[in-house]
Amino acid sequence: MSDMLEIRDLTRRFGGGRTIFGTTKPQLTAVRGVSLDLKRGETLGIVGESGCGKSTLARMLVGLDRPSEGAIRLDGKDLTEGGAKALAARVQYVFQDPVSSLNPRHTIRQILEAPMKHLLRLNGSERKKRLADLCEAVNLNPDFLVRYPHEFSGGQAQRIGIARALAAEPDVVVLDEPVSALDVSVQAQVLNLLDRLKRERDLTYVFISHDLAVIESVATRVAVMYFGRVVETAPSRKLFAAPLHPYTDLLLNSAPVPGKQRLRAGGDTGELPDPYNPPSGCAFAERCPRVEEDCRRIDPPLEAKARGDDHRAACLHPLPAD
Amino acid sequence: MSETAIASPSEAQKSKARPRRPSAFALLLNNRLAAFGLVVLVLVVASALLAPLLPLADPNATDPANRLAPPLSDGHLLGTDALGRDMLSRLLWGTRVSLAVGLSASVIAAFAGSLIGLIAGYAGGRTDQLLMRFIDLMMAFPYILLALAIVAVLGPGLINALYAIAIVNVPFFARNIRGITVGLARREFVDAARLSGKGPVRIVASEILPNVLPTIVITLSTTVGWMILETAGLSFLGLGAQPPQADLGSMLGEGRKVLFTSPFVSLVPGLMIFLVVLSINLLGDGIRDVLDPRLKAGALAKPSARTAVEKNRRWPETKKDETSDAVLDVKGLETQFRIGRSIHRAVGGVDLSIRPGECLGLIGESGSGKSVTAMSLTGLVPSPPGRITGGKVLFETDDLLAVSDKELRALRGGAVSYVFQDPLATLHPLFPVGDQIAEAIRAHQPLDRSEARAKVLDLMRQVRIPNPEARMEAYPHELSGGLRQRISIAMALANDPKLIIADEPTTALDVTVQAQVLKLLDGLRRERGTAVLFITHDFGVVSEIADRVAVMYAGRIVETGPTAEVMANPAHPYTRMLIDCVPVMGEPERRLDAIPGRPPPVDDLPDGCAFADRCPRAAADCRSGDIAMRDIRGRIEARCLHPLSPGDALRGAA
Ligand SMILES: Nc1ncnc2c1ncn2[C@@H]1O[C@H](COP(=O)(O)OP(=O)(O)O)[C@@H](O)[C@H]1O
Ligand code: SF4
Ligand code: SF4
Ligand SMILES: [Mg+2]
Repeated sequence: MSDMLEIRDLTRRFGGGRTIFGTTKPQLTAVRGVSLDLKRGETLGIVGESGCGKSTLARMLVGLDRPSEGAIRLDGKDLTEGGAKALAARVQYVFQDPVSSLNPRHTIRQILEAPMKHLLRLNGSERKKRLADLCEAVNLNPDFLVRYPHEFSGGQAQRIGIARALAAEPDVVVLDEPVSALDVSVQAQVLNLLDRLKRERDLTYVFISHDLAVIESVATRVAVMYFGRVVETAPSRKLFAAPLHPYTDLLLNSAPVPGKQRLRAGGDTGELPDPYNPPSGCAFAERCPRVEEDCRRIDPPLEAKARGDDHRAACLHPLPAD
Repeated sequence: MSETAIASPSEAQKSKARPRRPSAFALLLNNRLAAFGLVVLVLVVASALLAPLLPLADPNATDPANRLAPPLSDGHLLGTDALGRDMLSRLLWGTRVSLAVGLSASVIAAFAGSLIGLIAGYAGGRTDQLLMRFIDLMMAFPYILLALAIVAVLGPGLINALYAIAIVNVPFFARNIRGITVGLARREFVDAARLSGKGPVRIVASEILPNVLPTIVITLSTTVGWMILETAGLSFLGLGAQPPQADLGSMLGEGRKVLFTSPFVSLVPGLMIFLVVLSINLLGDGIRDVLDPRLKAGALAKPSARTAVEKNRRWPETKKDETSDAVLDVKGLETQFRIGRSIHRAVGGVDLSIRPGECLGLIGESGSGKSVTAMSLTGLVPSPPGRITGGKVLFETDDLLAVSDKELRALRGGAVSYVFQDPLATLHPLFPVGDQIAEAIRAHQPLDRSEARAKVLDLMRQVRIPNPEARMEAYPHELSGGLRQRISIAMALANDPKLIIADEPTTALDVTVQAQVLKLLDGLRRERGTAVLFITHDFGVVSEIADRVAVMYAGRIVETGPTAEVMANPAHPYTRMLIDCVPVMGEPERRLDAIPGRPPPVDDLPDGCAFADRCPRAAADCRSGDIAMRDIRGRIEARCLHPLSPGDALRGAA
């Protein structure tokens, strides 16, 4: 399998620069030097807590935001080369809040036809055919195409959001917390739908979630983000079986598991470093049970440890393999 | 693979049969003042429009012999002015001019202002800053002074007055429209449109404009009256319509010279201005209310401080006095919302009991009635439309639905306290958190400032807020979500509650923070013997913290029992299906069996079991009569005629 999407040293800063009155604006770095590869047909799961840069990374992948530094290459070509439309025809996005991602004043037909019109330049009869196909793919009753978004429940609206993303026949779909706003019973319907579509249409997913159980059930490979960086990446099984990074370990031990009451290690403050004033060494040092003196000096790079080349972590004192 | 089609045919039919919402126009006519405004305006506009067709005298033909003829004199229904011109004719022609100028000015202002607002709001950044600084600059001048200055530069004349009025009103539109556009431009559907290949111009025109149009119309309809008044003002000062042309303002100006001898000369145009502005503003307010119901007067009226309770409510009699040691004992609680003609049975007979130090988990999907149950306990459901129609809420020995308002106030935040999902919604943004905790204490205990401060610090330490001395000065927005939630918990603990009602307190938190908050609550209830009603939709969270769990569906508890037992061997098919449809960490190969369909709407509950339409075990007997809770295996209670035994497959009735 070839690398389809290559992300190299991606950085995104917000703020900075000067106001028109000449004062400097505070600057924060939301994504700091992220490098990742995406193989055709895989599902890359990205986990991390709010504010760790997941959404910012996702938005750069689809061209909704521009990196301050670094490159994203799709099949070897720089993403921004062909322009926004060429990119949107290959990489699409599914939003967290299904209702607010649909314009309240447009019908479902208008919403689904827009990518066909503007990206693929399909004519009327081609669009009609594609619409029918999409409705079938996401189990949408074609009679509902004339309706407006507010007439649908969250789960239904999310299927429409998925149909919109698929309307342009993309190769890669970036899903930013696609089931987080849904009720659990509906969540399963959408996860199953995504699974089927992926197989039927030969899609590659970047699946972002804060829910570890969801990530474990969908992802073939996982990247854990903390404070703008990827701190660990590995094939899903390996990562969930025995993480290297203390933060991943904390995440896995914090997630409640149905049917189990577990003893949790205490002492974690849960507080993130100040993004306007980032620490010099490892960003996790303040919370890390394995912290040592060198951690506060050296910002550890993401590199392979003793568990094979596909399991990397950004940590000076990684966890042993049990 | 178990997916369900978006809606069954029956659902589609149902929504077709739903009565249509009345049209905007019908709503407008329902508003009497607006309808009155509309009628007056139509009359005024019609007569002005028809002026050329009516048998009127030439408005500019002077007749010095007949000057200042009083109204109702021969041939001059409204008399004549100082030059002997027919007042009626001048009034109608003048109204025509005033309306045309005022309206044109409004349309120009609306167009230019909206365009600036749309561009500034959508482009953001530098473009926005420059445009808005310019607009601010314009607004810094007194309004009428600016208009006068513009006319002074352009020279007097009706068209120049029109421009002046249009220009001074541009900022008003620009600001309003920009504000809304900024909000819309950040909405996800705009990103979705970008990803659909739409360019900026197309996005503004087809995505944003349709959403701002109502605001433009509202702003226009509420300002056009004033703009007509302002043009009249300029003409009155002699800067607008030039003699001999008549408009309402210049007529008023001419009338001023003979105000004492012939008051009707100014009275007639004055009254017309009054009618025009009044009718337009009444209509404008009506239009605003129809297009934006949130702004409607009265919609924000405070609901009563306590949920209305039906006088002759009933509750089920207890068989035996088994729950006498409970802190909270709820029996047959029913809460309804009456909206229009439909009755939403949000809570349809709920029984709960919690002992000291116990944590009861209340779990269910959104809309199942968990929060309404929690709010009903101390009468926090807004009335109208909420109404408690049945049941008893025994807290220690008092029925909370029957205690006096004073007693209830003392209980809320005292012996019974709440923690909500979003601490930002409960904390006041403008006060330091320490003061807010102190406020919570002093509402119930007569402590002086230093005693209160000591207690605040103590509470902040109990909820393990690092560095409490510094943190008590912080404002809510300066704290992270986890710290804010700890502040809410500190406030909930302030008066040593016997019962804490926590409504999804960790749903908005990250997993590591959630773990700490759960641990904190768990420790507190064990140390202090506080009873906790913990509401959540997450089986993982319930397993961590709750001793017992109650599963809610369509307004009723359908299963309850010790958490471990319910999780391991649920008796109700719904519980089982709900557990089976969530991914579980450590079991990536697990098949997710989605529950088909959706819960029934609570304003149209089916007879029999509310879960029957989605239940694989449903049989004919499930669809009629009331299904009672029944003991199962001596440990669990479930509301089901064909409950599951341990190891049972879901399909096929027992
Ligand atoms: N437009 C923006 N301006 C300033 N800060 C931003 C902006 N978008 C995101 N951020 C900041 O970037 C960080 C990462 O945010 P985000 O990518 O949304 O995280 P996540 O998706 O993991 O919740 C946060 O600190 C957030 O406040
Ligand atoms: S580098 Fe040090 S502080 Fe950072 S995660 Fe590893 S052990 Fe902990
Ligand atoms: S078996 Fe019958 S009573 Fe039990 S949940 Fe299913 S439909 Fe309801
Ligand atoms: Mg996010």
